[in-house]
Amino acid sequence: MGEITLTIDGQEIEVDTGVTVLGAAQQAGIYIPTLCYHPDLTPYGACRLCLVEIENMRGLPASCATPATNGMVVRTKTPQLQEFRRGVLELMLSEHPHPCLTCWRRERCGPFDICLRSVDITQRCVTCPKNGTCELQEVVDYIGIENVELPSTLRGLPIDRENPFFERDYNLCILCGRCVRVCQEVRGVGAIAFTSRGSETLPGTAFGHALRDSDCRYCGACVDVCPTGALIERRRKYEGLPDTRVTTTCPYCGVGCQLELELKDGHIMEVLPLRDNDVNHGQACVKGRFGITEVVHHPDRLTTPLIKKNGKFEGATWDEALELIASKLSGFKKNEVVVISSAKCTNEDNYVVQKFTRTGFGHNNVDHCARL
Amino acid sequence: MTFDERRKQAISDWEALQQSDKPHILVGMATCGRAAGAAAVLATIKEELARLGIEALITEVGCIGMCYAEPLVDIIKPGRPRISYGNLTPETVKQLIEEYLVNDNPRPDLAMGTIGEGSVEGIPELAELPIMKPQVRISLRNCGHIDPADINQYIANGGYSGLIRALKMTQKEVIDEVSKSGLRGRGGAGAFTGFKWERLWEQPGDVKYLICNADEGDPGAFMDRSLLEGDPHSVLEGMLIGAYATGSSHGYIYCRAEYPLAIQRLETALKQMEEYNLIGDNILGTDLSFNLEIKEGAGAFVCGEETALMMSIEGKRGMPRPRPPFPAQSGLWGKPSNVNNVETWANVSAIFQRDAEWYAQYGTESSKGTKTFALAGKVVRTGLVEVPMGITVGDIIYEVGGGIVNNKEFRAVLTGGPSGGCLPASKLNLPVDYDSLTQAGTIMGSGGFVVADEDTCMVDMARYFLSFTQDESCGKCVPCRVGTRHMLDILERITRGEGQPSDIDLLERLATTIKSTSLCQLGGTAPNPVLTTLRYFREEYEEHIVEKRCRALACTELIKFFILPDKCQGCMICLRNCPVDAIIGDRRMVHIVDQEKCIKCGTCMDVCPDRFSAVVKVSAEEIEVPSEPIPVTASRPATKKEDAGETATND
Ligand SMILES: Cc1cc2nc3c(=O)[nH]c(=O)nc-3n(C[C@H](O)[C@H](O)[C@H](O)COP(=O)(O)O)c2cc1C
Ligand code: SF4
Ligand code: SF4
Ligand code: SF4
Ligand code: FES
Repeated sequence: MGEITLTIDGQEIEVDTGVTVLGAAQQAGIYIPTLCYHPDLTPYGACRLCLVEIENMRGLPASCATPATNGMVVRTKTPQLQEFRRGVLELMLSEHPHPCLTCWRRERCGPFDICLRSVDITQRCVTCPKNGTCELQEVVDYIGIENVELPSTLRGLPIDRENPFFERDYNLCILCGRCVRVCQEVRGVGAIAFTSRGSETLPGTAFGHALRDSDCRYCGACVDVCPTGALIERRRKYEGLPDTRVTTTCPYCGVGCQLELELKDGHIMEVLPLRDNDVNHGQACVKGRFGITEVVHHPDRLTTPLIKKNGKFEGATWDEALELIASKLSGFKKNEVVVISSAKCTNEDNYVVQKFTRTGFGHNNVDHCARL
Repeated sequence: MTFDERRKQAISDWEALQQSDKPHILVGMATCGRAAGAAAVLATIKEELARLGIEALITEVGCIGMCYAEPLVDIIKPGRPRISYGNLTPETVKQLIEEYLVNDNPRPDLAMGTIGEGSVEGIPELAELPIMKPQVRISLRNCGHIDPADINQYIANGGYSGLIRALKMTQKEVIDEVSKSGLRGRGGAGAFTGFKWERLWEQPGDVKYLICNADEGDPGAFMDRSLLEGDPHSVLEGMLIGAYATGSSHGYIYCRAEYPLAIQRLETALKQMEEYNLIGDNILGTDLSFNLEIKEGAGAFVCGEETALMMSIEGKRGMPRPRPPFPAQSGLWGKPSNVNNVETWANVSAIFQRDAEWYAQYGTESSKGTKTFALAGKVVRTGLVEVPMGITVGDIIYEVGGGIVNNKEFRAVLTGGPSGGCLPASKLNLPVDYDSLTQAGTIMGSGGFVVADEDTCMVDMARYFLSFTQDESCGKCVPCRVGTRHMLDILERITRGEGQPSDIDLLERLATTIKSTSLCQLGGTAPNPVLTTLRYFREEYEEHIVEKRCRALACTELIKFFILPDKCQGCMICLRNCPVDAIIGDRRMVHIVDQEKCIKCGTCMDVCPDRFSAVVKVSAEEIEVPSEPIPVTASRPATKKEDAGETATND
C-alpha cells in the first residue's frame, strides 16, 4: 500500500512516494488531459493542460510535474480550470490546423470521408496520418472547443522528407518536447533540441542541418512519442488505421526486443517497440523499427527452405529440410562438423545451437555469422 | 599576515589617503562614465597634472548614480572638502585642474556639490541636493567612493567585518538575523531571503550551491552592473555569509556576458580574496570552505529566471522548469541550491556590517530597507538611485528625478521593466513597496523605473514591452509562446488603426489565460504592461480603436502632417528636406503635404523655422489646405536678419 494519502476530486487515494499528482489521478481512474506528459520521460510542464487546483498552493500547478504529498487536496475539474484549459487549447489550435477539430459534425465524419466543405485539404484531419490516434484530437474531444476565435497562424513550413524512414512536418508540431526529451534522455543521443526563441521556437537539429548530418540514429523513438502527426513513418503515412496488432520478437539480433506489428489486411503497416516488457521498454533500433516491414513483404524473401535438386533450388518443407540435414550429418564423424548460427536468432535459439554442438558432437566448433 | 593585521593596515592606508597632502582625484570609471567620455577626461587629467608638474593621487571609482551628470570627477584638495564635478569634458576638466589645483579657484560653476565635512562657497552640499536627499545608500554604500579594484579600500570601510561577525554566530542565528532584517529578494519576486536560506540550510547533504544572479536582463536596468563594477566585494561578502549560513560549498556568479567590466572586477576581487584567505578552503582559518566560479550568461532574458539560469549553468538551453521541486530541494546539478540577486547579496553584507535592527528601521512594515532604481525616460535627472522602501512614486520622479523633461506633463511610470506595469498620475502618492505595487497591478521587479511624458502613447508603450517579452519567451509553454504573440498582433493592429471594438475584451481574456497558466513568471507577468494600461488608460485604447486617434501623436499610422496655409512662408526648407519628396510648393507659395506620399517621418515639422511653425501634426483630424500651391498670404513675422528664407536652418 502507498505511503501517501491525498484527495483528488473528493476521492481519497493512496500512492507511493514520488508519484505525481497526475500519476495518482491516473491510478484512481481520474482523467486529466495531458499532451507533453509521457510516462517514459521526465516531467516537462509545457502544454499546461494538466493544470489543477491544489489547496494551499499558489497558482495552478501542473499535475504532471507536482509530486503528490500527504494530505493534498486536489481539484481537477472546476469550471475555472476547464475555462483555462480551453483558453490554452485555443492558443495551441491557433497554430495548428483545426477546422476539422472544431467541426460540429466531426463525430459523424468517418476516418476517410473526404469533406466537401470549405476546409483546405492541408488542414483536414482526415488526410492526416495521425487521424484516429492523435492525442490532440483526444484532448479536444475532452475539453470541447467549438470555434477558435483567434486568427489562425499556421507556420507554412516545408515538410522534411530527407530521410527514408520518417517525415517531419513541423506545421503540426505542438512543441510538447517529447521528441527532444526522448532523444536526449532515453536514447542519450541529443540529435534534436529546441531552436530559436519566442514564437519561432521549434525542435530541430543544430544549425538546422539535415538529420543525416546530425547524430540521429534513426531509431524512431521521437516518432513513437510524438502525439501529433508531426513525426510520421513514411511507409505508413496514408495507410490509415490497423485492423490487427501482433506482438512478436525482433528477428534482427539476440536482444529480443518486443515489437508490436500493426497489420492491415494481413500486411504489416508499422512496427512499434512494445513498452510493457523488460527487454526493450518501448525502444528499438533502426533495423527493428523501420527495417522489418519491407523485408517481410519483399518478393525476394525466402519463406520456405530450399533444397537443391538437379542443380536447381526448389521449395521444400521444414521437415524435408531437417530430414535431409540429419541424414547428411550422420555420414560425418563428429569432429568433421562445424556449426554456424546466426546473430539474428534469439538468444534461446543460439543457446540450443551451442548445446546441440557441444553435447551432440562433443566439441566447441560452434560460431555465428557476425564473426565471419 | 592575519586578517586583523591586514585590516589595520588597510585602515591606516585609507586614512593616509584621506589626509594626504597631495590632491586626490576620483574619476567615475564605470561603464556609464566610460560611455559618457570618462576615459578621455581621465587622460586629460593625467596630461594636465604632468604638464603642470602636480603630483596627485588618482582613483578610478564606480558609479555614484548621477548618470545625467557623467562624466563625474571628485577632487579632494588637502584642507578642503571633497567636491564633485559633473558633465565634464576634456576642455572643462583641463580648466578645472589648472584653476583649482594651481589657482585655488574651486570653479563652483562646474561643481555639483561637496561631500563630507566643511563647505565651499557657492557649492551646495551634495547630500542636500534634491537628488541625494531622499536617498539612503546601503547596497550602493561604497559605489563612487572606493576603488573597486582594491580590496583594502573595501576592508577599510567596514568590509568583511560582516563576515567575521557572522562566523561568530551559529548558522541558525545568521539566518534569523537575515529574517529579522526583513530583507526580501531584489531580483523581482521579493521572496523573503531568510526564508529561502532556511529552506536550503535544512536540506541534508554536503554539496549545496549558492548562486548570484547577475543576469540583469531588463532593458534599461543597470543596478546590478553598477554594483558589481563599483563594489564587487560587498556582493562577494554577502555570498560568503550565505555560504556559511546555509552550509554551501560551491557558488556561481551568473553574469551577463555583456558586462565585461563587471566580470573583470569580479575576477580581480576573487584573486584578492584568495590572497586574503577569504575564498577557498578554511576561510579565515575557520571550517568554512567555499569555492566560487563566474559563469558568463547566454544572453537571454529568460536565463535570469532561476531554474532556467541553473540549466544554463549546466550547459543546457535555458528553459524554466516547473516548481516544485524548488531549487532548495533540487537545483543545480540536482543538488540543493539557492539563487539570490546581486543587490540582495550586497544588502546581506550591509546587514551584517551593522545589524538587523538598523536595517529594518528603513522601509515599510512588509518591505524593509532600500531599493535601487534605474531612473530613466523623460525625467530630468536619470541615473541610479537608492531610496528607502515606502517613498512615494511621485517623490522619486519629482524630488530625486527632478520632474519631467521640458516641464511636460507626466503621463505614466513603468516599474519592473517589461514584467511590470504602468502607473498613472493618480498613483503618484503610491508608496513604493512590494505589496502596494502589486496591488496597483505592477511589480517592484528588479528596479526599472521608466517615466513617460505626454508624448508617449500608452498603447504603443504596452506594445513595445510586449514585443520584448514575446521575443524573449523561451518558447516552452503554450500560453506564453503563442498567447503573447496574439496579444502583440492585436496591439500592433490597434496602433495601426485597424483595431476592432472586440479587441479590448480579447486582450483581457488572453492576458488572464497567460497570467494564470504560464509556466514561469516571464509569461506570468508579460501581460502586465497591457493590463495596467487597460486599467488606467483604457480611453486611449478606445480612441485608437473607435476614433482612430492617438492623443500622444505617436502612432505613425494614425497621424498626419499638414502645412498651415496661413502660416507657411514658402521658404522651401521642408520641401528640400522631405526624404520622399512628398511636399509640393515653390518660393513664396504655400506648401502642401501630399498625404499619399508622406511617410510621417516628421522631418518637415522639425525643420520648419520656429517662428513660422507652419507644420502641424494631428491625429483623427483633417486640416483644410489648398489643393495646389497658392501664393503666400501670411504676413511675415518679425525676423532677424539671417533668417531670410532659404538660408534659414533650424535644428
Ligand atoms: C523572466 C525572468 C527573468 C528574471 N531575471 C532576473 C534577473 O535578471 N536578475 C535577478 O536577480 N532575478 C531575475 N529573475 C528572478 C529570479 O528568478 C529569482 O527569483 C531571483 O534571482 C531570486 O533572487 P532574490 O530572492 O534575491 O530576488 C527573473 C525572473 C524571471 C521570471
Ligand atoms: S530517430 Fe532517434 S536518434 Fe534520431 S532524432 Fe529521433 S530519437 Fe533522436
Ligand atoms: S515533433 Fe511531435 S514530439 Fe516533437 S515537439 Fe512536436 S509534437 Fe512534440
Ligand atoms: S512562461 Fe514563457 S518563458 Fe516561461 S517557460 Fe513558458 S514559454 Fe518559457
Ligand atoms: S502534461 Fe502537464 S503540462 Fe503538459
